[in-house]
Amino acid sequence: MTRLTLTTEGDTHVVVTRRFKASPEAVYRAHTDPALIQKWLLGPDGWTMPVCINEARPGGRIRYEWSDGKGNGFYLTGEYIALEPFSRIRHVERMHLPEPCPDNHVETRFEADGTGTLMTMRMTVPDRATREAMLATGMEHGMEASYARLDAMQG
Amino acid sequence: MNSLDAAFSALADPTRRAILARLALGETTVMELAEPFAMSQPAVSRHLKVLEEAGLIARRIEGTRRPCRLAPGALEEIDKWLAMLRRALEANYDRLDQLLAGMEPGKETDQK
Repeated sequence: MTRLTLTTEGDTHVVVTRRFKASPEAVYRAHTDPALIQKWLLGPDGWTMPVCINEARPGGRIRYEWSDGKGNGFYLTGEYIALEPFSRIRHVERMHLPEPCPDNHVETRFEADGTGTLMTMRMTVPDRATREAMLATGMEHGMEASYARLDAMQG
Repeated sequence: MNSLDAAFSALADPTRRAILARLALGETTVMELAEPFAMSQPAVSRHLKVLEEAGLIARRIEGTRRPCRLAPGALEEIDKWLAMLRRALEANYDRLDQLLAGMEPGKETDQK
């Protein structure tokens, strides 16, 4: 199964898991090599990432800029904290919409899972309000906001 | 995007979600809304103002009353947006699946 899961932990964590049919090394490289990142971390169809800076070393910078080719865009900046090839990455990132959102500390683990890889991405934001805002507006976190909508419908 | 920002921001509050849940049952007045929430009418009115500005509810004037109801299509708009976000994330990882299928461990990917 490659299905995505998305869950919350406590007030400030979000955990995403996904399985891939490739080795941890390959999945790790796809997350740290700019030429590879630009091929998949794009969001909806029609968007591209014209700028991808990814210095995969402790203290290294991250900057992703997305564009829809029609004048709309946003960007993300961040810094690497620690990298353990090919099993674990820790970094901090923030979206700019264009106002900077609060820092999101991310730990991404890549574990061998049969012939493939189980990726577990654990995000930590400063407080519950930030997480709600992130889940409600973030590119990657539509599900939880769906639950909020379900709450609204079910009372 | 701005109206969606306002809608999500409005939905981030549990009281406003409860108000929407009540309105999903039908049109109602501020007084009727205030009752189950143990809130003052001005407090409910403030929440309604946020919901109205977010385009989630509509209000009409009926004598001195201003009954409110869910705005038609408001939540559908959010649904569409959330579905798009979910698809975006899944699209990312589907693209990554394709990319990984063409990669061999230890080799540069541009060599395919």
